[in-house]
Amino acid sequence: MKPESVKPKVAFFDFAGCEGDQLQVANMEEKILDLIEVVDVVNFREIMTERSDDYDIAFIEGSIASDHDAERLKGIRENASWVVALGSCAAIGGINSIRNAQPYDLVQDRVYGDDADKIEAWDVAKPIDAVVDVDGYVYGCPINQDEFVHVVESLLQGKDPNIPTYPVCVECKMNENVCVFARDPEKNAANIKQAVDNGSPAEAGPFCLGPVTRAGCDSQCVNEGTTCWGCRGLVPNPNENAHQEVLEKYGLSVDEVMNKFNLYFGWQQEELKNEQ
Amino acid sequence: MSNNVNIDVEYLTRVEGHGNIKVNATNGKIEQCEWQVIETPRFFESMVVDHSYKELQHITSRICGICSIGHTLASLRATEDALDVDISRQDELLRKLILHAENMQSHVLHVGYLALPDLMGTGSVLPLASSHPEELKTVIRLHRLSNEMSELIGGRTTHPQRLIPGGFSKIPTEEELIDLRERLKNSTNDLTACADVLEATADGFPDFERETEFISLTSDEDYAFYDGIIASTDTGTYPVEDYLDVTNEFVVEQSTAKFARNNRASYMVGALARLNNNYDQLAPMAKGVAERFGLKPVNHNPFMNNVAQLVEVVHNVRDSIKIINTLLDEGLEAQDDYYEPEIEVKPGRGIGAVEVPRGILFHDYTYDENGICTAANCVIPTNQNHANIQKDMEKMVPNAINTKPEDEIKLDLEMLVRAYDPCISCSAHHLDVEFVDD
Repeated sequence: MKPESVKPKVAFFDFAGCEGDQLQVANMEEKILDLIEVVDVVNFREIMTERSDDYDIAFIEGSIASDHDAERLKGIRENASWVVALGSCAAIGGINSIRNAQPYDLVQDRVYGDDADKIEAWDVAKPIDAVVDVDGYVYGCPINQDEFVHVVESLLQGKDPNIPTYPVCVECKMNENVCVFARDPEKNAANIKQAVDNGSPAEAGPFCLGPVTRAGCDSQCVNEGTTCWGCRGLVPNPNENAHQEVLEKYGLSVDEVMNKFNLYFGWQQEELKNEQ
Repeated sequence: MSNNVNIDVEYLTRVEGHGNIKVNATNGKIEQCEWQVIETPRFFESMVVDHSYKELQHITSRICGICSIGHTLASLRATEDALDVDISRQDELLRKLILHAENMQSHVLHVGYLALPDLMGTGSVLPLASSHPEELKTVIRLHRLSNEMSELIGGRTTHPQRLIPGGFSKIPTEEELIDLRERLKNSTNDLTACADVLEATADGFPDFERETEFISLTSDEDYAFYDGIIASTDTGTYPVEDYLDVTNEFVVEQSTAKFARNNRASYMVGALARLNNNYDQLAPMAKGVAERFGLKPVNHNPFMNNVAQLVEVVHNVRDSIKIINTLLDEGLEAQDDYYEPEIEVKPGRGIGAVEVPRGILFHDYTYDENGICTAANCVIPTNQNHANIQKDMEKMVPNAINTKPEDEIKLDLEMLVRAYDPCISCSAHHLDVEFVDD
């Protein structure tokens, strides 16, 4: 089914997440007034009371982590022509997938103690494409408003959105940042290697996931003085597309970078292992 | 008269997160009257374990997109408390500034986009684009100003990048602060226009009061957001370290989030609680707005939380101008690019308490000798409000079923929950860590 009306109907739904991506839509300020000229918002629980099951595009924020969530998401998939993942939690599992690497009984015990049996949740948090087919992805934590608009326009025009498949290092070099690994000459190279071996790179001075992380953010965290945290997820085929020059210079392998310092990649790493 | 009532609001709209309102009455006898919280848990207190002190504010910022700056600051304060890290006066002022920005952003979003439609008789803010374009543009301008302010100080409106243990990785320039001060000064007309709109419609709030306890931070220095001790309208003050004796969280069947109580069966946190505890420290212009609505301490009408939020927005603007004046008078001390403060790691436990838009927020971390987190606890404002919402409903419903039709009761209850501006996805990762030595 394809939308018949000129003005497509869009809906927003949220699962396990912080609603920060929907907030980026609300934060478009005056541009929202332009947006509602070209689309009909028919379902957006965070800001409106009206609800409708008749929509063309469903934007999904948050990870899926329970049977109840999964059933609700499948229902949305049936109603929508296009399903778009909004932000890291929906697109790649994101920050929620940190716990995927922790034993689930320990996770439950730490948070709920004696009440753990009252909680219904999966032992891992999953991106939405682990449960339903997904037509478009807006990466980032939070999403970038321009990329959101670009993905929506592309879908409506029947084109593939132009999303980078190269790493953040490419953008970072264009921005002429000092490489994070070179910020503190005394602490680096050997020190980074040692810290990675110990599983605690943050202790060795700044560590950066730019070499393995999908670009498209304009390296904004490095521009703001910190490091790339990996929020846009791994580049496709990290072994081919990672930034080899930076990795070689500091004696790091792709596996070391993505396995030892990891906030957003939990689900993606599992998938990579399963493919191999 | 509605002797038979069946109200079943699944996924209440225009609030953050997922909550239900259930009321059942037959022949005037109430069989069910519940505020239910039904969010999938996210397990943050486990997620942070085994991570470095440098990552915790980045992870816990993701508890809530709307109050990500407040979570980041509560997190940094807990880490800095545990590691005995002092920050400079300049950094403290900049942090107070960005907390004002977030409070403004969140309150303007709530009052203007989420609460106002109830008073205007619409289901969302969207129809106001054609029916009240000037009013809506005023709200949008204030919302954009607060977002631009967050971006200027923190590098981004949501999930700030520059806020790190010990200070900032990058700070704004004096020119940027001068420009911001100008825009804050120029917002006076918009603030007045917002107060006009709310005053013209405020009789749409249901007439309701219930005496309760109000808890917030308080400080001798200012109307407390960033720093202070715990204050209760019932029982006086407590040091922040004693927060668990104040919050007393407990599990209830109807909710995946915990409830809290201190002196009574419930208490309230948020803008109204802050105003009730710290009214005298409001900026004069903010007090002027409170007076227009007859809002003075101690006010026990939860719907006045909407008004208290507007009063706080005015205070945020005025106090931000004052902070920028101080920063500029003292001269902004420059720092290196990609700045990272030196921090000596040591084992220990630290607690951070910060006022975020919805109320008092606590982060509590324990670190080992390598600066790796071994235990964490966060007490979220909305958790502390759940029991108060429930108790308000229990008072409101018995009166209403004898005097109002069902659809009016339903709207009143929805407006009641919205008045608390709940942030349900924040509140629903239960927080239970046993600190045996307390």
